[in-house]
Amino acid sequence: MKMFDMVSSSVKNLPPSGIRKFFDLANEIKDVISLSIGEPSFVTPWNVREEGIYSLEKGRTHYSPNAGFMELRQEISNYLKKRFGIQYDSKNQIIVTVGGSEGIDLALRALVGPQDEVIIPEPSFVAYKPLTMLTGAKPVTVSLRVEDQFRLTPELLEQHITPRTKVLILAFPNNPTGAIMNYEDIEKIVDVIKDRDIIVISDEIYAELTYEKKHTSIASFPGMKDKTLLINGFSKAYAMTGWRLGYACGHPDLIAAMYKIHQYGIMCAPTTAQYAAIEALKNCDDDIMMMAEEYNRRRRLMLDGFRNAGLDCFEPLGAFYVFPSIKSTGMNSNEFCERLLMEEKVAVIPGTAFGECGEGYIRACYAASVENITEAMKRVKSFVARHIK
Amino acid sequence: MRELLDVLEKNGNYNVEQLAVMLNRSVEDIITAIKKLEDDKVIIGYKTLVDWEKTDRELVTALIEVKVTPQRGEGFDKIAERISRYPQVKSCYLMSGGFDLTVIVEGKSMKEVALFVAEKLSILDSVLSTSTHFVLKKYKDYGMEFAEEEQDDREVIVL
Repeated sequence: MKMFDMVSSSVKNLPPSGIRKFFDLANEIKDVISLSIGEPSFVTPWNVREEGIYSLEKGRTHYSPNAGFMELRQEISNYLKKRFGIQYDSKNQIIVTVGGSEGIDLALRALVGPQDEVIIPEPSFVAYKPLTMLTGAKPVTVSLRVEDQFRLTPELLEQHITPRTKVLILAFPNNPTGAIMNYEDIEKIVDVIKDRDIIVISDEIYAELTYEKKHTSIASFPGMKDKTLLINGFSKAYAMTGWRLGYACGHPDLIAAMYKIHQYGIMCAPTTAQYAAIEALKNCDDDIMMMAEEYNRRRRLMLDGFRNAGLDCFEPLGAFYVFPSIKSTGMNSNEFCERLLMEEKVAVIPGTAFGECGEGYIRACYAASVENITEAMKRVKSFVARHIK
Repeated sequence: MRELLDVLEKNGNYNVEQLAVMLNRSVEDIITAIKKLEDDKVIIGYKTLVDWEKTDRELVTALIEVKVTPQRGEGFDKIAERISRYPQVKSCYLMSGGFDLTVIVEGKSMKEVALFVAEKLSILDSVLSTSTHFVLKKYKDYGMEFAEEEQDDREVIVL
């Protein structure tokens, strides 16, 4: 028996990560300045960690209700209403998940199968496509363009809709581009889908990290709440990536379907993390603001650094990434990243990791210290100066 | 320029070019703003935080609770200013509660600090009593923790 033959064909058919080689290389080299970690540089605020510890001291180590503690769901409901003006019933419209990622997986599994198509604008977070493929549905990617500031336009969306389209994944503020879609942009998307049977999975994990403009959720548009599954979580806003806690909100029938899968596959999200998250929602508004202000200063520093190095870079207004074009160097993304790593010991990620249309771009994360950003930008500048055509 | 102060209070080491980019202002704006804050004594100085424990310099810090008689027309200010003038005094605060002034003193040895209290502080006319507490170990000062930061051992790449 060959074990590889035993692996299911749907998993075998998942695209291998084309840049695994680059990852391994980056992890081997010592003293690299890494601008390639997609998570906050801050640790979780102390009061939140303390609440987790306290729950352990109290012996609160059991399962929680499948959908998550009612108090947490209530706090989530209050938060979404206060922050984005959307009202969800904590009883049947919210489910607490293991990170936002589980929510995306549950939603796709609950919604689509082999006859269906899922529209995925790219460049995007790496999980949407493989998770779609595991359901048997067909991922239909849309290549976003720098001239649209990497926003989804109604024209591009229309071109990709077929009678089989069932889901649109909308992920703004965006990883890896840092693009946001504001009220007017989303309004045009709503016009395209409001009279069609299409569900929007709106991944708003970076909603708290927008600069200059507040985030608008597509779920807050008239008629869209029931057609949208909103994904959010604690990882980015509260610097809680390792706690693995997210949530999904939507129509009671969809949440009930997701609940079924969650109940069998996961049981419940980690209890300690849920206690900590209640504290986060209750008492961390100032921490969120402080972190966002700090990211904003680093964002300007990094954007200025890349532009100063002679690379074209559109201004990202969300998340914590910049997505400069490296086309002027004549190298492709992979080559640029490998050589930058070898010659200057700075790690960034090839845009192609986030979809084919990411060719010619790199992703750099400014959730790093000011000192590291400043030094890395110096190195990028001398690297580009040596190689620009 | 509240944000400028927030940033500088955390790290006084940024140069004006960095500050200009981070705060989205011109370099000239930043220079003018800092000059004004300095002139108005909003920024009262720049210091370096040193962990003397890591050097061969002997240093003792003491926190002294001082009870004083406030003076007519002057309240506590005159005596507090007088105490503050000694170079050994690093900080001096007027307090609510069981005593009046907190005086933080540094010296080479416990004896030196004790002599300062006995010969300079407690003999002042309006000082009624002192109570000296020596600092044994510093964990955090001015918002900075003394313990070494844990090394960042995350993988270099996380998508």
